[in-house]
Amino acid sequence: MTLASLTRPWRAFSYGFLDASAKREMRRKMIKAVAVPGCQMPYASREVPIARGWGTGGLQVTLTLVNPKSVVKVIDQGADDSVNAASIRRFLTRVSGAGATNDTLAASLIQSRHRIPEEKLRADQILILQVPNPEPLRPVEPNMSAARQMHADADYGRLWLTLYEQIVRSGRVMQGASYPSMVNGRHVMSPSPIPRWDVPKLHMADHLTILSAGREKRIFAVPPHTRVEPLVFDDVPYRVEDHAGLTCARSGLTGYFMNEIPQDGGGSAHEVSDSELGVKAIRRAEGEDPEIGATWYVDGEMQR
Amino acid sequence: MTALAKAMPQLVTAEPLMRFDSLSKRYGPVVALDDVSAHVYPGEVLGIVGESGSGKSTLLRMMNLQESPDAGTYALDLPDLPPNLFDLDRFERRMLCARRIGIVYQNPHQGLLMKNSSSGNVAERLLIAGERRFHVLREKARGALDASEFPLDRMDAPPVELSGGMQQRVQLAKAIALEPALLLLDEPTTGLDVSVQALVLDTLKRLQQDRRMTMVLVSHDLGVIRTMADRVMVMRQGKVVEEGLADQVFQDPQHAYTQQLVHAKL
Ligand SMILES: Nc1ncnc2c1ncn2[C@@H]1O[C@H](COP(=O)(O)OP(=O)(O)OP(=O)(O)O)[C@@H](O)[C@H]1O
Ligand SMILES: [Mg+2]
Repeated sequence: MTLASLTRPWRAFSYGFLDASAKREMRRKMIKAVAVPGCQMPYASREVPIARGWGTGGLQVTLTLVNPKSVVKVIDQGADDSVNAASIRRFLTRVSGAGATNDTLAASLIQSRHRIPEEKLRADQILILQVPNPEPLRPVEPNMSAARQMHADADYGRLWLTLYEQIVRSGRVMQGASYPSMVNGRHVMSPSPIPRWDVPKLHMADHLTILSAGREKRIFAVPPHTRVEPLVFDDVPYRVEDHAGLTCARSGLTGYFMNEIPQDGGGSAHEVSDSELGVKAIRRAEGEDPEIGATWYVDGEMQR
Repeated sequence: MTALAKAMPQLVTAEPLMRFDSLSKRYGPVVALDDVSAHVYPGEVLGIVGESGSGKSTLLRMMNLQESPDAGTYALDLPDLPPNLFDLDRFERRMLCARRIGIVYQNPHQGLLMKNSSSGNVAERLLIAGERRFHVLREKARGALDASEFPLDRMDAPPVELSGGMQQRVQLAKAIALEPALLLLDEPTTGLDVSVQALVLDTLKRLQQDRRMTMVLVSHDLGVIRTMADRVMVMRQGKVVEEGLADQVFQDPQHAYTQQLVHAKL
């Protein structure tokens, strides 16, 4: 008896790992999601060789969209080199023959956990956000059938009430990441745990964003040139994180979203969260000439 | 009706604000409402009394459009409404109730978000109606709580931390925040001790006098009905057994059941 006789004969995977019917379902659900911006579409969510909660939703979208000419970029909170981002990138290229890059400008598909790159995305690029909790109403309505009814009625008063309570308690809106946002004036979505800094990048963008929750089996989208408006009171303006004045300790960049690095002996330094942008700035300082694209923010100000 | 015409001729000439005709509702074998008709004039307080299970709450839930009857119609004399409100769909009902009808439940858990702030509970009403200015929400919530004689230094405390009487005042503030055309009260003071009950009733009376608010008050407590109501409807087993001016019903009850009620109380 050999191991070979005990196992099934070797068979090739489908192209891009997912079988054709799974991909067909993904495509149909993506089209629906694009047709009704911000509305959550249920899907079957197949098994993929990473654990639920580690980006299986985003991975299924990327596996469906990828082709041999694609160039994929995978980031985890802005960094291309985290273990999870690197594993997903390697898996994607192995099952599809697509190219891989760290450069936002060179990528055609960008799968991301919790950040949107600082360089502006173009119409020929697709941003795929991994989503842990797709339902913005969950904190105010644990019953999911009731929540769906609320979406149907555009009954979002309770979300504003949450903001009201935060201002009453703390003097300001405390909601950080996953800031509930109205899409196309109709559906409120949770834009996945991207920081408030990143939400305006989705508004009237040139690129398509697909948000996919593998564990929760929900997919939704922000098509190009679609309004994305964070919920705010008329007299309490939306505020992004106070990072405009911070300088990156490694690259010298200023005016982008930063990671805080606590220092020995108190205090903290900052590093630009979009690590590849930092790398480009360092290369430029060392005399190379990498192309740096236009950024959404300039000197810490969102450009409209 | 003759006694009513004598006592309050202005009411009879006015159009009723609310009218429901021949409401019937069954829950399986239980007949909760059996051919109930009534009307309420603007500015009056209609009291509904009756023993437990007589259908009072069911009737109130229908006035609040939370439920539909098996048969019957319900109309409010307000602009842009269909002749039968049960024809409205769920969404239209919700908007109408949020804007024009206030309700106070016996059980505060039914009417309040216990862990949100009290002012937030009131603000929620205004949010449903589309108010999006924080300072306006704040001012209107404060105004409604003040009108309900709620201590304003506790306005941001959550109802879980408040006494029963204060919780009822939060419910009341929420109900009147949008100055509804109709205020529904389902046993608003049941379960409160007698002195607190008297204070809440005082607030209700004051509100009624200051704003000429139209109210429907349900209670099994004849004393409560007596202090509040202009007119009384007595219910038993889903039927209206007697109806008339409050004084008249209390002094000279016609139906045997009402006589029994009044005498038990005295
Ligand atoms: N959702 C329901 N399902 C089944 N039966 C119901 C329902 N709601 C009410 N009933 C029945 O209808 C009848 C009238 O109930 P209702 O709650 O209207 O009485 P009530 O006069 O308000 O009584 P109480 O004074 O105890 O509050 C009762 O027999 C009750 O059991
Ligand atoms: Mg009842």
